[in-house]
Amino acid sequence: MSVLVFAELDNGSIKKSSLEAIYYGSEVAKAKGTSTTVLAIGESNSDALAIAGKFGANKVLWASDARLNSASIQAYSSVLAEAVGATSAEFIILAKSSLGDAVSARVSAKLKASIVSNVVDLPDFSNGVTVKRSIYTGKAFATVALTADKKVIAIKKNAVNVVEGDGSASVENFAPALNDTDFAVKVTGTHKASGQVSLPEADLVVSAGRGLKGPENWGIVEDLATALGAATACSKPVSDLDWRPHHEHVGQTGIKVSPNLYIACGISGAIQHLAGVNSSKVIVVINKDPEAPFFKAADYGIVGDVFDVLPRLTKAIQASK
Amino acid sequence: MKILVCITNVPDTTAKISFTDGDTKFNKTGVQYICGPYDDYALSRAVELKEQHGGTVTVLNVGEAESEQVIRKCLAIGADDAIRVNTEPTDSYFVAEQIAHIASQENYDLILMGRESIDFNSGVVHGLVGEMLGIPSLSPVMKLEIDGGVAKMTREIEGGKEDIEASLPLVLGCQEPIAEWKIPNMRGIMSARTKPLKVVEPVGVGLTITEKYALPAPKGAVKMIPAEEAEKLIDLLKNEAKVL
Ligand SMILES: Cc1cc2nc3c(=O)[nH]c(=O)nc-3n(C[C@H](O)[C@H](O)[C@H](O)COP(=O)(O)OP(=O)(O)OC[C@H]3O[C@@H](n4cnc5c(N)ncnc54)[C@H](O)[C@@H]3O)c2cc1C
Repeated sequence: MSVLVFAELDNGSIKKSSLEAIYYGSEVAKAKGTSTTVLAIGESNSDALAIAGKFGANKVLWASDARLNSASIQAYSSVLAEAVGATSAEFIILAKSSLGDAVSARVSAKLKASIVSNVVDLPDFSNGVTVKRSIYTGKAFATVALTADKKVIAIKKNAVNVVEGDGSASVENFAPALNDTDFAVKVTGTHKASGQVSLPEADLVVSAGRGLKGPENWGIVEDLATALGAATACSKPVSDLDWRPHHEHVGQTGIKVSPNLYIACGISGAIQHLAGVNSSKVIVVINKDPEAPFFKAADYGIVGDVFDVLPRLTKAIQASK
Repeated sequence: MKILVCITNVPDTTAKISFTDGDTKFNKTGVQYICGPYDDYALSRAVELKEQHGGTVTVLNVGEAESEQVIRKCLAIGADDAIRVNTEPTDSYFVAEQIAHIASQENYDLILMGRESIDFNSGVVHGLVGEMLGIPSLSPVMKLEIDGGVAKMTREIEGGKEDIEASLPLVLGCQEPIAEWKIPNMRGIMSARTKPLKVVEPVGVGLTITEKYALPAPKGAVKMIPAEEAEKLIDLLKNEAKVL
């Protein structure tokens, strides 16, 4: 019995959300008196992977076959299932993401494993294995028992308070059997904004809505985000109108975020918008309408014009550095 | 082309969420149910593909009798027939088993569903079904064209999107802007009444048990900062909320 964490790589480094999953996994291992192995797939290097030790991992299995350099859902699922076999893992931990959802699902079908997603806290072992998960798009929680021998747990951001230690992890090559049918899906092009803070992983998010009046006004939103080191997000009508790219749209039908700080600028706070952001730790609302429903969900509020307030906040942050 | 569209029967996005029976059951009182908004996109695209390429669209719901209103609406939008697996959809694995069981009895070219349900938001059923059937699964798909036996798709990834090609059959989790939501017209509503809706019993068992529900702790009162003193916010975020 052991704990296996599936870590996603971004440009060869373990993604921040996966470091949180590694720490989560190591806490599960501690509670169960066992060890934590990390599986990393794709281009990387030993130094970048050994970082996992600081987050509680004992060992990293690295599948570096060149065929795995682009993330193939089926191939990654086969590699992960093989690593579960090699480590006799009972717990498979990962961070929720579009790749993570797909891979964890296929792996749990391969292993007939219990799968629970959007987990927000460490498991409770007092009576079997139960976890607390977010449901109804952040509007409620459920306590769920995992009844199969193997258990797949996909965590939501901020599920655990990460404490970085000074442990080290050994890195071992992992050479799984790869099957041609696992590469039947061809990625023919990738379009990715570079050099930006990734929204689902961001600790700080500056989000703006229709109150910004048009895409030409986004400079004040980006300036504030840059000053904070925050990711930018938007409401649904803003992405529907093509003012901003679709991958910035948060809410019920968009990305769900749970950052430490969510600053909403010129967003009314419709229930479908709140659904995607309500698990943020601190919410700031800037809106010129004192009756905007978003204020009811906020920790801090400013009734004011975004065109006046945002540049002043940007200046204040720059001045405080 | 044969398309299977899997739909969820879920509380409306504005529904007030509460629980009964000592927080062990969802409180359905006064709650309006809808077809999951992502499933609606999947269904709309399926109907468009049928218009372009011919074929059939079958709607599948794992749910109890109360789902039938939503199923009829899907038939009114343009699906040809429907199957309901008569059971409460309690666990992702269990739901996927039902879909895979139904799908394995016919040769569907495409199995479409929403990227996630809006009640449990797991986003894993498409992957489970794909693996159970031994075919590729992709999600969230925001563009889908069929050219011969090949699907050309765009999938959203963190911070962008990727273009993908794969041969049919496929299982896809869909999201906007794959299609425009469709509203049933009068003719659709009339014809939906007589379209076949088959009810079958479930197979297999789930691998998780939901024991209890809870609502989040109520938010404390909002602290208002006068616009003239907006700069104070930065100090509060640093020293009071400690998030900067
Ligand atoms: C099924 C369904 C799913 C949905 N999913 C989502 C979703 O995922 N995400 C989402 O965001 N929405 C979603 N919506 C839409 C949602 O209901 C709202 O329509 C939307 O969130 C409103 O966006 P907004 O706040 O930007 O615009 P508006 O509601 O138009 O609000 C603009 C706000 O800006 C303020 N404002 C205007 N000018 C200024 C200024 N100069 N300074 C300061 N404030 C100003 C106004 O007071 C107003 O409060 C969904 C709806 C449905 C039906």
